[in-house]
Amino acid sequence: MSSKSYDNHLGIKGWALGGAWSPERYLYTLHRVTGLGILSYFLLHILVTTSRAFGPAQWNALLGDGGFLRHPVFVVGEFLVLAAFGFHAANGVRLILIELGFAVGRPIEPVYPYKTSLHASRFVTVVLMLAGAAFIVLGGLEFLRH
Amino acid sequence: MRHSRLWTWHILAGLVILVLLGLHMVIMHLDEVLPLAGLNPAGGEAIDWANVAARAKLGFFMASYIVLLGAALFHGLYGLNTIIGETNVGAGLKRFATACLMVMGVALFVVGTYAAIAARGLAMKG
Amino acid sequence: MSESKTIHFRIRKFNPETDPAPSWKTFAVPFAKGMTVLDGLHWIKRNQDTGLAFRYSCRMGVCGSCGMLINGRPTLACNTQVAALKAAMVVVAPLPNFHTVRDLVPDLTPMFEKHQAIRPFILREDKGEMDAPTAEFYQTPHELEEYLQFSFCIRCGACMAACPTMATDRDYPGPMPLAQAYRYSADSRDGGFAERAKAVDRKSGVFSCHFGSECSAACPKGVDPAKAIQLMKRRLVFDYLRLFKAKKPCGGVHGQRTTGRREGIPEAPEYTIK
Repeated sequence: MSSKSYDNHLGIKGWALGGAWSPERYLYTLHRVTGLGILSYFLLHILVTTSRAFGPAQWNALLGDGGFLRHPVFVVGEFLVLAAFGFHAANGVRLILIELGFAVGRPIEPVYPYKTSLHASRFVTVVLMLAGAAFIVLGGLEFLRH
Repeated sequence: MRHSRLWTWHILAGLVILVLLGLHMVIMHLDEVLPLAGLNPAGGEAIDWANVAARAKLGFFMASYIVLLGAALFHGLYGLNTIIGETNVGAGLKRFATACLMVMGVALFVVGTYAAIAARGLAMKG
Repeated sequence: MSESKTIHFRIRKFNPETDPAPSWKTFAVPFAKGMTVLDGLHWIKRNQDTGLAFRYSCRMGVCGSCGMLINGRPTLACNTQVAALKAAMVVVAPLPNFHTVRDLVPDLTPMFEKHQAIRPFILREDKGEMDAPTAEFYQTPHELEEYLQFSFCIRCGACMAACPTMATDRDYPGPMPLAQAYRYSADSRDGGFAERAKAVDRKSGVFSCHFGSECSAACPKGVDPAKAIQLMKRRLVFDYLRLFKAKKPCGGVHGQRTTGRREGIPEAPEYTIK
């Protein structure tokens, strides 16, 4: 093929945009974003909570009443982590059900208008997204009390 | 290497996290909304030292922290490795990233496990 | 709509000999009832831009040649009614996630190479029976349904253009080859699952699909590649967990014969050209 051909790959922006713009694509993108968010928090969380091995003085300096990490910025950040977990967990269960073939339906004869695995899995998707949302709302109520 | 093995463990680790991190979230953030008394025996905030020490005394929490730590490190770093593997950077850079993530995972597992065990020893003494 | 109405086509042009990058050109095309996007491209080529390059063959959604990006969605130009787009402008670009050879022509070579790599044909141990069959292989209608949907694929590349993983990962086989890997593995006549597993169960293989599910939403033939890919994953994971019991490939209709020709099959007629 001509070496002068134009590279028409979408690149990283193709992870979020393009295709047939179905809602599942945005769940896929959000799953990545929340996963990366939770992972960044988690790696720092391991190091921060290791301070409990050095006794109450060390712990309270960071996490005690008036400690550095009790600042409202971090509290809001913690709520974001809870929300990310709520979504990532609900969507993760959805992906397990789909990727192990439990929620995509059986092969069928394609008759127009086509019904695909998207339609077959949509009920599971909606139920799990509502469950995730309920968890996030519950967490939000608790955070609002502080 | 059959990739299905790593992926199966990724899924199993995800299920472990679903249960243990779910419990962790309930104890830390839903202790007031949900009518579950006794999760924070000393009262007050879940992250007050008294509550942390009370949980550290229990073998269940020490064990579950270590299991959650291992499962979450594997699940999270495998996920990150997958994302890096799907970008269009060079193959050499991808291999280097995989090696870095493996070293990081083992190191953090050692640090976290030490903390869980040492905190229990500290709580038992005090 | 009236016959005198015009519709605008905005087309991405690229000439590898002269252009460093693609550019856009707009054409006014008279609208006719029942007009497809491919009809519009033909009108432009006849009347306004004879150099416009695009692939097509059957004009009826069977050959899979005219896959392109129409108003942001990968689909077949011959299968897309201009009126159904309900837009003042028809924006046509070559399929993304491939190299563009010229104008609307993508280079589909990588797709066909990956398709070949998954061994898209019946694989059996009895090579003699494959080369010189003595009887038909039996297959129940139920066994046919297990893969029939996925065999309607016309290799147009719309799924490949819609897939988010394809946007970055050049090693990933893509929805079409992976779906075909399952199509043959699910065939009761086939015994090549282990061989195909080697081709797809690897880094940047079938597990780089995360059910963005765009392939199934984009497929103009209702093949549902995402379903086939998930079923392939299911089989690989169940195989690892020893939950999947492989069946022996089916035999011939009246039991496998090793020699001789089945009675009653008429001889081929004489050659008409010597």
